[in-house]
Amino acid sequence: MAAPVSAGTRLQPQPLDPPARLRWYGVVVVALAFVPFVAPADVAATATRILALALLAVSLDLLVGVGGMPSLGQAAPFGVGVYAAGLTARELTPFAPVQVLVAVAAGALLSALLGWLVVRSRGTYLLMLSLALAELVHTLAGKWDALTGGTNGLVGVPALTFAPGGEPVRLAGLVYWWVLAVAVVGFLVVVVVSRSAFGRSLRGIRDNEARMSSLGYSTFRVKYTAFVISGAVAGLAGALWMAQTRFASPEDLGFHVSAFALLAVVIGGRGSLWGAVLGAALVGVIRDEFGPQLGGRGPLLLGIAFIAAVYLLPHGFAGLRLRRARTQGHP
Amino acid sequence: MSTLLALDGVSKQYGSLMAVDGVTLGIERGARHALIGPNGAGKSTLFGLIAGTSATTAGTIALAGEDITRRSDSWRARVGVAKTFQHSSLFLSLSVADNIALAAQRLTGHGLRIRTRAAHCPGVAEEVERCLALVGLADRPQVRVSALSHGERRQLEVAVALATRPRLLLLDEPTAGMSAAESGRFVGLVESLPPDVTVLLIEHDLDVVFRLADRISVLHLGKLLADGTPEQVRADEVVQQAYLGSGAARELFLTSPGSP
Ligand SMILES: Nc1ncnc2c1ncn2[C@@H]1O[C@H](COP(=O)(O)OP(=O)(O)O)[C@@H](O)[C@H]1O
Ligand SMILES: [Mg+2]
Repeated sequence: MAAPVSAGTRLQPQPLDPPARLRWYGVVVVALAFVPFVAPADVAATATRILALALLAVSLDLLVGVGGMPSLGQAAPFGVGVYAAGLTARELTPFAPVQVLVAVAAGALLSALLGWLVVRSRGTYLLMLSLALAELVHTLAGKWDALTGGTNGLVGVPALTFAPGGEPVRLAGLVYWWVLAVAVVGFLVVVVVSRSAFGRSLRGIRDNEARMSSLGYSTFRVKYTAFVISGAVAGLAGALWMAQTRFASPEDLGFHVSAFALLAVVIGGRGSLWGAVLGAALVGVIRDEFGPQLGGRGPLLLGIAFIAAVYLLPHGFAGLRLRRARTQGHP
Repeated sequence: MSTLLALDGVSKQYGSLMAVDGVTLGIERGARHALIGPNGAGKSTLFGLIAGTSATTAGTIALAGEDITRRSDSWRARVGVAKTFQHSSLFLSLSVADNIALAAQRLTGHGLRIRTRAAHCPGVAEEVERCLALVGLADRPQVRVSALSHGERRQLEVAVALATRPRLLLLDEPTAGMSAAESGRFVGLVESLPPDVTVLLIEHDLDVVFRLADRISVLHLGKLLADGTPEQVRADEVVQQAYLGSGAARELFLTSPGSP
């Protein structure tokens, strides 16, 4: 491992070689799979929701960290995925894979519509535009009683089944395993996209969009594709959320969901997908576990965490490893 | 020889300033054409108009007989117009190899491929290696661009442009900031380019200009002052009067002090 390090390579964060990285992923997944054995049902339920939010953060990291598109509207495809999964379960079939597929399609479709506009803007404008459009979808969900149940939310969603017409799955641990398995697939999809030739193009746009264009790229096409993929994965995260909560409300499309996801990405370290997972876990625990004890001052604590992250960890958790690598002179 | 690039009355106006003022000029296929003139003459602006990064306010630009005046920069890049930037324009957080790979994978058609791994793009790694060797960065493929020296960035800038396999290569002060050795290597590199690649070069270093150029155009205050073979330009009366007669023989070609 201790190869000689030249002056130029020292500044380079050395990525783990793929087998080592895969081993790490495997260890983490196996550890996560043990949660239902060691934790009570309510903890498994919280962990399930955090998995869904972690996947949401990963989907946003593809936009923000890899593509340089700071969206504050990721709640839109997520929430649409939540509703799509719930409606599918109630009106069509509670068979779990169908919910997932419908939610993915709904998230992708919504992002294909919104992305047509959003992707044309940059920086702060993109932030504001994505927020405005997400709020529009949020409002719509509250008003469209016939479809969404309005502000009362979507109720009467049956428990999911693992076979068409099979037994409803009520055990929190089983739901957790299903959500874990699907979230892992979703995470790997984003990893594959990020490490593909397309992902490299996306990074190129993040670094220097004008140069990409003068190299002959249609930067709109690259960004739009990324936006749709990100929306599809966010929709998938929505289906996983619904698998546990079996309830949808317009708040699932609200600003705080988008802010949560962005916060998780920033804390985790933009562009490092596993950092987004860690960020989501941290933010989720702060919000759900400490938030209630603070008597509604959870958002304040999250705000402080955000500012601390921006100033103390400019590269998030992922940056910690990087900094250690630099000071030690080898990764 | 046929004309590859034809500029006809090309102008660019910034407010009241005519940065490029009615330039009419033909560039022969395969030429090694130098564009010289003092700072602020409008050379870089003219390059931007040719590459399509900014729009003309008057005149037409034709490439191989086709009017491309209204075409986007990315369209022009796809038909083989490549430009290096006076102030390096690279992908700072990516490695040297990835910078070149971005150019190469666009050419091989992998730029939008999701199922092709970046590290395993057919044809791309070979192209990266070729371009790195051409500019002398072969030993630094994995270094992050932000860790490169200024001179190395200038070399990488050229490598990225070469990886697009251009028909028309626009080089904007490529040797500025290069060491003498790097500059010498650069001249060798341009000399080794296939003869059908047309090179248009902005250059302040007279040695480089006279070693490479088979034709020189002089730009002054946005206007074309002279255009001809190196001998013709040196003997040109207008150029003589404007610069050479004043006793500041080299002023025309030099960077004026204090300017970027
Ligand atoms: N974007 C711009 N807006 C306004 N003026 C510009 C712009 N770009 C260049 N100029 C002006 O146009 C003139 C020509 O600049 P430039 O083409 O960079 O000259 P050169 O490359 O020959 O040194 C200069 O006076 C410069 O200040
Ligand atoms: Mg210039």
